[in-house]
Amino acid sequence: MEANEKTVVIRGLVKRFGNFTAVDHISFEVSKGEIFGFLGANGAGKTTAIRILCGLSVPTSGEGTVAGFSIKNQQESIKKHIGYMSQKFSLYSDLKVWENIELFGGIYGLSDKQIKEKISSMLKALSMEDARDMFVRDMPLGWKQKLAFSIAMVHDPQIVFLDEPTGGVDPVTRRNFWEMIYEAASRGVTVFVTTHYMDEAEYCDRVSIMVDGRIEALGSPSQLKMQYGAVNMDEVFTKIAGRPGKQQ
Amino acid sequence: MKEILAFIQKEFWHIFRDRKTTLIVLVMPVVQIVLFGFAISTEVHNAVVDVVGDISDPVVQRIVNRIDVNEYLELGRILNSTSEVEARIRKGKSTAAVCFEDGFDKALTAEGKATVSIISDGADPNTAQMVTSYVSGVISSEQLSISTRTAGGGGATMRPNVQLMYNPAMNSSYNFVPGVMGLILMLICSMMTSVSIVKEKELGTLELVLVSPVKPFWIILSKLIPYLVLSAVNFISVLLLAVFVMDVPVNGSIALLSLVALIFVGSSLGLGLLVSVISSTQQTAMLLCGMGLTMPTMMLSGLIFPCESMPVALQIFSDIIPAKWFIIMVKKIMIQGAGISSIIKELTVLTGMMVFLLWFSIKKFRTRL
Amino acid sequence: MDDRIAIKVEGICKSYKATRALQDINLEIKSGELFGLIGPDGAGKTSLFRILTTLSLADSGKASVEGKDVVENYADIRRTIGYMPGHFALYQDLSVEENLKFYATVFGTSVEENYDTIKEIYSQIEMFKDRRARDLSGGMKQKLALCCALVHKPEVLFLDEPTTGVDAVSRREFWAMLARIKASGVTIFVSTPYMDEAGLCDRIALILNGKIIGQGSPEEIRSRYPYKIYAARGENMFNILKTLRPLDGVVQCSSFGCECHVSVSEDGPGEGELLSVLDAAGINGCTIEPIEAGIEDCFIGLS
Repeated sequence: MEANEKTVVIRGLVKRFGNFTAVDHISFEVSKGEIFGFLGANGAGKTTAIRILCGLSVPTSGEGTVAGFSIKNQQESIKKHIGYMSQKFSLYSDLKVWENIELFGGIYGLSDKQIKEKISSMLKALSMEDARDMFVRDMPLGWKQKLAFSIAMVHDPQIVFLDEPTGGVDPVTRRNFWEMIYEAASRGVTVFVTTHYMDEAEYCDRVSIMVDGRIEALGSPSQLKMQYGAVNMDEVFTKIAGRPGKQQ
Repeated sequence: MKEILAFIQKEFWHIFRDRKTTLIVLVMPVVQIVLFGFAISTEVHNAVVDVVGDISDPVVQRIVNRIDVNEYLELGRILNSTSEVEARIRKGKSTAAVCFEDGFDKALTAEGKATVSIISDGADPNTAQMVTSYVSGVISSEQLSISTRTAGGGGATMRPNVQLMYNPAMNSSYNFVPGVMGLILMLICSMMTSVSIVKEKELGTLELVLVSPVKPFWIILSKLIPYLVLSAVNFISVLLLAVFVMDVPVNGSIALLSLVALIFVGSSLGLGLLVSVISSTQQTAMLLCGMGLTMPTMMLSGLIFPCESMPVALQIFSDIIPAKWFIIMVKKIMIQGAGISSIIKELTVLTGMMVFLLWFSIKKFRTRL
Repeated sequence: MDDRIAIKVEGICKSYKATRALQDINLEIKSGELFGLIGPDGAGKTSLFRILTTLSLADSGKASVEGKDVVENYADIRRTIGYMPGHFALYQDLSVEENLKFYATVFGTSVEENYDTIKEIYSQIEMFKDRRARDLSGGMKQKLALCCALVHKPEVLFLDEPTTGVDAVSRREFWAMLARIKASGVTIFVSTPYMDEAGLCDRIALILNGKIIGQGSPEEIRSRYPYKIYAARGENMFNILKTLRPLDGVVQCSSFGCECHVSVSEDGPGEGELLSVLDAAGINGCTIEPIEAGIEDCFIGLS
């Protein structure tokens, strides 16, 4: 991990909807190749913040860059240089595997030649050569998830955003998926991930916990556990996000 | 009973809490009437007609004068040859041209027949047809006066002997008010009902309501009643607009008209219910209602094209569309002032449709998911 | 808890076209029990719930709730159960109070009549009673949905994934509420994809791909785990996994939060051996200790 190369730099980010402040002066940095866990209770402002980082929403105030592009005025460039995968996997279930790869390759502006190469290299890496002509809807959940992850990175982005990628997935598939995340990170891809599974928070290099629009805690899992005198991340999370009166 | 009332109340909350729905329900009828009444009027005003021929010829001159004074037509240029006609029409400078053969008057008096042709812009067939019939009307009224003058002398014919279906007033609101009424009732009843049921399917609330002790039949009924009420409101507002704004008379009995509307609403509700049984997402329901019900209703019910001019196969197909029967009856009651005896056939057909659709869709509406 | 059977499922099968959603499901849930159906998305949890709540029909097999058959006596069952479908079936454009009143009326009762049943939960959201359901946070929606399912004092409560997509803190609060509802004598059948919630149930069934792969009390299931299990801790989890997984005698090796659980067969390597393998691979400073198997270990082992 090259410590001084930052994929995400955020300073004093604020987003207001009318009187409601969804994101309240948050600042953080994410280094290249880091797995960054972005945690928070429902309604803490996670989704709003991620939308801004992905160039889907404009901040009310604050500065920042994602993959080297400004979140204020270079949203289009941001969208081109990041990968995104949500819980729903955003694959077209009525298209075949290779058609999905081709489609997303096309969406991210790859040339026909690059797409062709991508299809074969991706199928090989996923050992899905035989599943090339399979409809995505007929694939087992674990395969879909892996395919969705690979497709989110079809354009070799510097950073990939994963929004609850493992919600409702069985324990084995979930672990296999995290191994894919590790591999991606070891290749230098920055991984920005949200999850409700606290054991997954432990897998992250660093974790931030949002409460009421602010980042209440930020650090590596072991640092946070020490700081809050907790044995695991679940306890850390409960101590931070579960304070009485914090919810409303 | 309390359960049903709670249901109906909830349904009204849904309608009036969504501004878009409220707007559709209450404003759409007004907008449609105004749209059809003023913007999409099929009447033609001041269509420019060019003339090709010898203007000094007395018959030609009389016809040209008639075109000039006709309130729907406007005299364009007098051209020397037919070759100029096309360019003028293509540039949009005129909509039609009347071409008289040389020595028109002489041919008419000597041989008893003369040739005149009308060229019009087929790119806009509706307008073209309209203008052609106006022009032919002008020609034949001239022909009539020549015939009267030369009466006893064997008469004189001008070619082409255009057959004319000419409604001098061309009051299109007579046509569209019944059509719009059918369309609106259809939309409100089918689309809104089906979407509101399918929405509950999507949300999962239908699941919860179905596991309640309330019988499914009552659930259906309480879904239908609010839209029945809304269609009554719409029926009244369209009727008021028609009478006081569009000057369309209600010559027949209002009670009979209301009965016919009620039966039509019943069959539309049945259709809506049927759509909600088939579809599992709101989009499907919308598409089914929009493309599957509204489009055929517009096309086949005689609202835009007269049923008589359709191919036989389509005519038969149009018979299964409830709106067709409703529109025929409304026309008969409102404009002709017909009583129940003259619409008995249509009434029977529509009632049959309603009974079948409601029975079938309620049967299909499952107690389970 | 008495020994009456509240829910009985015998040989239930259900298919949707080519997918076999449920294959020969057999369960017995005692009256007053908190029973958990634990498995991932698509395992068949919702299919089973729909059959038991009389919303869909099984292809074969029999099931009864409170002694009433789900097919023949479906109307009776609908009067005695409370059901909370996945994704909180609430009317988004109705307020908290309106939702609750509506469901109370539909189930033939009123909020006032049964206020005691829901008081404890409802009092937590009552201050937002005029707020539209769509504007509630996940935790509050969950509470409201639970109130709606409880408002007619059901004897059996079916909760289909009540904690999915809800944060860890709200989840914990929710389970505390369930324990109190259970204490009032209601039988609760709850499904969840979260393995860590298994320990909060009296008995559980693990479901995967339409089959029950294990059932019993959480302790029973854990004690049935056939292998010795060690927790390895160290700086780089991924390397530990890759190093230990291929070893002979290592049956299973998966990450669990900040540690790595290594299951070994009877004749497999012990603590010392594992440590020396890690040392040899250049992974230093690791600790390895024997632990008890958790439900998630069992699930992985059984799947």
